[in-house]
Amino acid sequence: MALSREQIAKRVARELKDGYYVNLGIGIPTLVANYVPEGMEVMLQSENGLLGMGPFPTEAELDADMINAGKQTVTTLPGASIFSSAESFAMIRGGHVDLTVLGAFEVDVQGNIASWMIPGKLVKGMGGAMDLVAGADNIIVTMTHASKNGESKLLEQCTLPLTGAGCIKKVLTDLAWLEIENGTFVLKERAPGVSVEEIVAKTAGRLVVPDHVPEMTF
Amino acid sequence: MAGFDKVVGSYEEAMAGLDNGMTVIAGGFGLCGIPENLIAQIKRMRVRDLTIVSNNCGIDGFGLGILLEDKQIRKMISSYVGENALFEKQLLEGELEVELTPQGTLAEKMRAGGAGIPAFYTATGYGTPVAEGKEVREFNGRPHILEQSIRGDFAIVKGWKADRYGNVVYRHTAQNFNPMAATAGKITVVEVEEIVEPGELDPTQIHTPGIYVDRLIQGSFEKRIEQRTVRSA
Repeated sequence: MALSREQIAKRVARELKDGYYVNLGIGIPTLVANYVPEGMEVMLQSENGLLGMGPFPTEAELDADMINAGKQTVTTLPGASIFSSAESFAMIRGGHVDLTVLGAFEVDVQGNIASWMIPGKLVKGMGGAMDLVAGADNIIVTMTHASKNGESKLLEQCTLPLTGAGCIKKVLTDLAWLEIENGTFVLKERAPGVSVEEIVAKTAGRLVVPDHVPEMTF
Repeated sequence: MAGFDKVVGSYEEAMAGLDNGMTVIAGGFGLCGIPENLIAQIKRMRVRDLTIVSNNCGIDGFGLGILLEDKQIRKMISSYVGENALFEKQLLEGELEVELTPQGTLAEKMRAGGAGIPAFYTATGYGTPVAEGKEVREFNGRPHILEQSIRGDFAIVKGWKADRYGNVVYRHTAQNFNPMAATAGKITVVEVEEIVEPGELDPTQIHTPGIYVDRLIQGSFEKRIEQRTVRSA
């Protein structure tokens, strides 16, 4: 079975470490916040200028001046700080954020990522994604392994305009956990009940398959 | 207005001198911390062919989106746009030009502009369409692109409180791009929720020192919420 959105978030959450500053992108990455292991402290960075983001507010707490980068109303946790966009991207570009999780359309064996622009469709913009991928050392891309009509999104070379070049090392799809090493994908784990053969068939870029590929457990 | 007193009496006075073809830098992120009354004043002035530098372009009927209604904007320099149908229509019909700029690069372009730095190198955007036509230089074994800073004829800023000398404090994440915008205008206009006397704000808590501010006005704000997300109590 392919991983559900929640399972993808749970698997990413296992990469968290106590004391990490983390930036979570819009969509599935946001769900990771729900699965921070008990007893672990993680601080969420939102690129509009917030470190220490809390949950959504109650009706009573709702405040138009308190939003996240997805423009959703949020709260702060004790120990939070708020700052300008320039300061926020100084943190991001300067490599101070320990983990960045974001989505993508395509990833390739050179660690290139395409996530913001499909030529011919209306282009809304890259937001902070280009800064995030350029600045972070530790990035996890979450995405579906293949498109609805079965075309692989893990490629030898990205076909869409890039968000960043040579910056991705870890990819979690609905089928597998992969890492990018020396110009190839390496299959590290597979989703429960998903065969190595299926992953191989749906990976267009070079793929190294170790003798034993453990199955994820939830 | 005398000495360091930056307070002006009306929105007409606040935006006086804005003309066709000028560049306006605006603070705000989505609809949060946007100078909504200064934008409304620009609409009333009917100036045209503006270049607007702002992370976003509002929504239909609110924020910078209202300047699209009478086609007052010729060019947007932004990181994320198109939350409004009118924007999409004008873009597709070629009435509007957009220069998409990574969010951190946009913030730094304003910061550098205000700080007298004409350009800077960044790794952001290397190898992407953003890098096209830009100088590339390697530092520490990594390629970077040269980005030029931005200054505006006007900067429009939304603060929370200010004293009459133009020392500004922002509230929560309504800070966002406002402090950088405030530094980068030839004429910087700030609107706030409350104006107090000099000495009432703690000097250690000032976000934007009054030296950057030319005109200050107190307004009332709708503060519309773009994504209202709540949990049950």
